[in-house]
Amino acid sequence: MLNITPNIIVKASQLRKVYGKEKTVAVDDVSFEVNRGEVFGLIGPDGAGKTSIFRMLTTLLLPDGGSAMVDGNDIVIDYKKIRSNVGYMPGKFSLYQDLSIEENINFFATVFGTTLEENYEIIKEIYVQIEPFKKRRAGKLSGGMKQKLALCCALIHKPKILFLDEPTTGVDPVSRKEFWDMLKRLKDQDITIVVSTPYMDEANLCDRIALIQKGKILSIDTPNAIVAAYPDALMEIKADNLYYLLRDLNAYEYTLSCFTFGEFLHLALKQNNVNSKLELNTYLTSKGHQNIIINPVTPTVEDCFIKLLHD
Amino acid sequence: MKFFTNWHAVHKEKMHNMKRLISFVKKEFHHVLRDPKTLMILFGLPIVQIMIFGFALTNEVKNSKIVVLDQSKDASALQLLNKIEASRYFEIEKSVTSRDEMEEAFKEGKIKMAIVIPDQFQHDLLHDNKATIQIISDATDPNTANMLNTYVNSIINDFQSSLMQGTNIPYRIIPEIKMLYNPQLKGVHNFVPGVMALVLMLVCVMMTAIAIVREKETGTMEILLVSPFQPLMVIVAKTIPYLILSLVNVTMILALSVLVLDLPINGSLGLLFAVSTLFIITCLSLGMFISVKTQTQQAAMLISLVGMLLPTLLFSGFMFPIENMPLPLQIVSNIVPAKWYYIMIKSIMIKGLGFMYIWKPILILSGITLFFIVVSIKNFKIRLA
Repeated sequence: MLNITPNIIVKASQLRKVYGKEKTVAVDDVSFEVNRGEVFGLIGPDGAGKTSIFRMLTTLLLPDGGSAMVDGNDIVIDYKKIRSNVGYMPGKFSLYQDLSIEENINFFATVFGTTLEENYEIIKEIYVQIEPFKKRRAGKLSGGMKQKLALCCALIHKPKILFLDEPTTGVDPVSRKEFWDMLKRLKDQDITIVVSTPYMDEANLCDRIALIQKGKILSIDTPNAIVAAYPDALMEIKADNLYYLLRDLNAYEYTLSCFTFGEFLHLALKQNNVNSKLELNTYLTSKGHQNIIINPVTPTVEDCFIKLLHD
Repeated sequence: MKFFTNWHAVHKEKMHNMKRLISFVKKEFHHVLRDPKTLMILFGLPIVQIMIFGFALTNEVKNSKIVVLDQSKDASALQLLNKIEASRYFEIEKSVTSRDEMEEAFKEGKIKMAIVIPDQFQHDLLHDNKATIQIISDATDPNTANMLNTYVNSIINDFQSSLMQGTNIPYRIIPEIKMLYNPQLKGVHNFVPGVMALVLMLVCVMMTAIAIVREKETGTMEILLVSPFQPLMVIVAKTIPYLILSLVNVTMILALSVLVLDLPINGSLGLLFAVSTLFIITCLSLGMFISVKTQTQQAAMLISLVGMLLPTLLFSGFMFPIENMPLPLQIVSNIVPAKWYYIMIKSIMIKGLGFMYIWKPILILSGITLFFIVVSIKNFKIRLA
């Protein structure tokens, strides 16, 4: 049996999921713990196994190995209890497109044996934003509004834990920011949130994150601790021709890693001292680059992720 | 005290379940009533079908079972009967001794025709040169009845001319033709039950299958699974709207038949609706079965069409008489629910028969329904994949 301390609400132990005849391993011995009341993020690219983990934790899939407890219930044995007590928002918008906002919320409220009035306080802040359109059918809503509606439906029964599978994928930046603000406020209502996202910039908004790739967890910690653990000095570099710049930097003898990061390149050197920047500048000038900008930069979660991938 | 609180909790849970069910059914009605395409199939289809099938269909009839009531038992009668038996159109099921027995055979639906040869047939023929013979046909299927009459007439003519060979006595056998159940030979009598079977099959099987699979395809099933909702209730809630709408459909078809096509309903209306409800439930259980076995709406539709609609058309006896089919196909026809419904509807609506004559099809349909309900529930997935 798993040993659950009161503070841990989700505990996954060596969860494993294998698909198909080829035995493709989607989730490979994943273990993590989520503390009560925190926002826990699973960060990783598409195909990393995030959705499979979510589906196992929400009892939709049986694990092929390992076990997990959600709020003290085993995901295989006590699946019925888990189903009544968690909120789940799948990656794809999965509400009834031909029902109105109001009808969708009322339907899911009844399914969970409650009413909109009873739990209005929980969803109030989100609901007021879409309430003016409550007679409109879900299929005719914008992406951001659909997402708010889906969140309302997942929250209507006041779940202790909320599982959000890529809630911000395909949503515009403004709505994404709004959404994360909403999540922060939910945290104040003692709802634990487990969220997955492919966007590295959203990692900083979580209390703790697990970086995941190809079904394996690379690192689990707070975003700050993960960034602090970055071992190398990082520079951002820009010049007129980014393409040749990248080629030349990769050919540079002291380069540890170099990759594009927005309009800059991020470069980590094997050895870093006071003269590094100067030497680099000389090297690049000798290669004919112009308007060279070199700045030291603090690493982001994405840098850490790439670093972990290369190790 | 503990018992009381327990009871209270159970009672509360039951109340919740009831509320859930009602709200689910309400949702399903919204799905149906807000989709013009669904509505078209649901209510446009039966009207169109009634119109289309109004044009009678021709079909050849072979080996029709008949009974013979031979009251004369003389040589001429025997000769004529041998001739009839020898033809490939008829097969004498048995000889009966009374009209009651004959009528019973009709009601059982085993025979298509009865031939009554009166007392002193040969005597009349030889002395008066003229004898009558009574031919009674089951005209619920007017095409078949007409055709059989033509066949039997030509056999009698044949017999007549063979008698006259070598003599110039003009022997005449006058057939008295009587159409049972459907004296005006109305084609509608035949196709209305057929259309009912077809429409219900289409609406119930395909629509429920699609409605359940749609939840899987759009991902809403994923949310429903992660809820206190019982899988069984999803199924029940999905089928209730279609049960109600199908009953509306039955009423509509019957009203059309009576008001527009002047078709009388000879039997009990209550029994007719009871039997229709049973058949609708059979179809719903089939739809459920398809839905638990398929993942996409397209697959569900294809299986419903090919797997259900075609057998219904072919094996219900509505388009092609089952008795003409090779034995293996006749056996196959027994597992087609529409066949039994078609038999029952014809018996009730046209022949005006009561429960005692259709208890067997009722039992068979109930069996099929139970089978599919049990299999569907056993196969319902409580998880994804």
